[in-house]
Amino acid sequence: MSPLRRRAGMVGRYVGLLPYLGFALFPFYWMLLTSLRSNAEIYDVTHLSFLVRQGLTLQHYSALLTRTLFPTWFWNSLLVSVLATAISVIISTAAAYGLVRIPFRGSAAFSIGIFVTYLVPPTLLFIPLSRVVTALGLSDSRLSLIVTYPTFIVPFCTWLLMSYFATIPKELEECAIVDGATRWQALVKIVLPVALPGVVTATLFSFTLAWGELIYAMTFIASGPHKTLTAGAVADLIRGDVFYWGPLMAGALLASIPVVIAYGFLMDYYVSGLVTGATKG
Amino acid sequence: MGRGRAEAAVPVTPLGGRPLGRPPTASWLWRGSELTGFFFVLPAALLVVGLVAYPFCYALILSLTAKQAGVPGQFVGLRNFANLFGGDIFLHTIRNSFVFTGVAVVCKTVLGLGLALLLQRAMVGRRFLRGMILLPWVVPSTLSVLGWWWLFDPISGVINLGLMKLGLITQRIPWLSDPAWAMAAVIIVNVWRGLPFFAISFLAGLVSIPEELYEAAHIDGAGGVACFARITLPLLRPVLGVIILYSIIMTVSDFNIVYILTRGGPMHSTHLFATFAYEMGLASGDLGKGAAISLFIFPFLAAVAYCQLRITRRQTQ
Repeated sequence: MSPLRRRAGMVGRYVGLLPYLGFALFPFYWMLLTSLRSNAEIYDVTHLSFLVRQGLTLQHYSALLTRTLFPTWFWNSLLVSVLATAISVIISTAAAYGLVRIPFRGSAAFSIGIFVTYLVPPTLLFIPLSRVVTALGLSDSRLSLIVTYPTFIVPFCTWLLMSYFATIPKELEECAIVDGATRWQALVKIVLPVALPGVVTATLFSFTLAWGELIYAMTFIASGPHKTLTAGAVADLIRGDVFYWGPLMAGALLASIPVVIAYGFLMDYYVSGLVTGATKG
Repeated sequence: MGRGRAEAAVPVTPLGGRPLGRPPTASWLWRGSELTGFFFVLPAALLVVGLVAYPFCYALILSLTAKQAGVPGQFVGLRNFANLFGGDIFLHTIRNSFVFTGVAVVCKTVLGLGLALLLQRAMVGRRFLRGMILLPWVVPSTLSVLGWWWLFDPISGVINLGLMKLGLITQRIPWLSDPAWAMAAVIIVNVWRGLPFFAISFLAGLVSIPEELYEAAHIDGAGGVACFARITLPLLRPVLGVIILYSIIMTVSDFNIVYILTRGGPMHSTHLFATFAYEMGLASGDLGKGAAISLFIFPFLAAVAYCQLRITRRQTQ
């Protein structure tokens, strides 16, 4: 192949990626544009502009922050996601370690059980779970989500962490245990530091899953001030007067920020988790 | 140093079940404590039994009762299921589920493979490209679908405005209010959201194919198409299988996209099991029927789990 043809091929590939990049990113761009435009411009159907023409405005953001429960929902989402993630990662780390390193009667069956549970979508069980939540006296509380979110996070994280732990040489812990360390000490002091990328990945995925969850949040929580961002945005921001697209887009963007920031800093972990989950499955 | 201590410890533990006279091996210490393993797994086991297995059994019971919210349920046998199959909405839901899942998964597979092949050759800026391409998958679908809802707005939405400006259409497309267009819309959004996951997973599979295979094929005079059909596809098959199966269960159980864009409408033309179960169980308060509808996701789950486990087993053998 001549260098010229090779270069042409290279350019061709980048050009081939462009339509897809447009498809992937345009919705976000348009959301941003809408959130910064005045209502007059948003609803002007005679002009189609891909820039802000009549001056940037933060009116939608200020409406969102002062006239809706958005700040409360944000705090609720943060509380629920952080606690559900912390609980899930601890439970999953212990379970994954136990399953990979300390075989016991039934551990193979339980591994398969974890895998099957990992495939269970939240939409399969939200109705019976809502009865369980009521029976536990947790209806309409943020605690209901902190308790139920681990049901879909733990199987996922356990599965992910099992494949990380399996790659760590046993000899590392053998030495520690021979030296008199307990299993727990071996896990915390020897294995976890080595498996830290796996734990970071699991934490990132847990947080993302909890942050974006919708159906449990809509089913278990009825009153506005207890809602999470997703349920609040979908159920309470959509009602109202005609001019709601601006605040709604501002809300969707602001709500995405924590996840996007975490992802920006930890993209390599994210990709490794995606690939591990996908190819080891 | 560790070994030394272990040997020094031999006389202290002569009754541990270890054959006397043999040096202690680490694997003996290793297997020593079944109970420890059990305790490590216990919290996860309790969670799975209490909040997954039990609700699942409870769903089976609920589906056999005429349970309304707030009233004790009465056992009705299979009447909920008979009623569902006797009504059009549920038959629509089944058909919609197959159309939605089938078309979306095929599109994601084909486009995902194309995207992965393009990305594989893009050396400069691959990290940046990967980061951008993954965004639809990273942002929670609940939030990004709100954006799509606005894009699809029939009057002020940018899709219709753009298509009209370009002269591609003269009348506004009734996205979300016409059954066929609504189905197209929810499929487009599902593909948009899932494509990054397919592409990045396939890319990982592509990168792991040894370059020597392609070089050897080139020397033997094989062209690009032959290489793709004889090398890339067969070696990518395990990854393809796992991703497609996983995506089938996640697509058929989707709730967010359909609920936000159409609420299952117009005329139930986009209802999936999850949205119909939500409408029946929560909006109408018929928990028995709602639970029965949700349970139809289970056969898909069972089939996918079975195939996945077979693939995994074959790989480890």
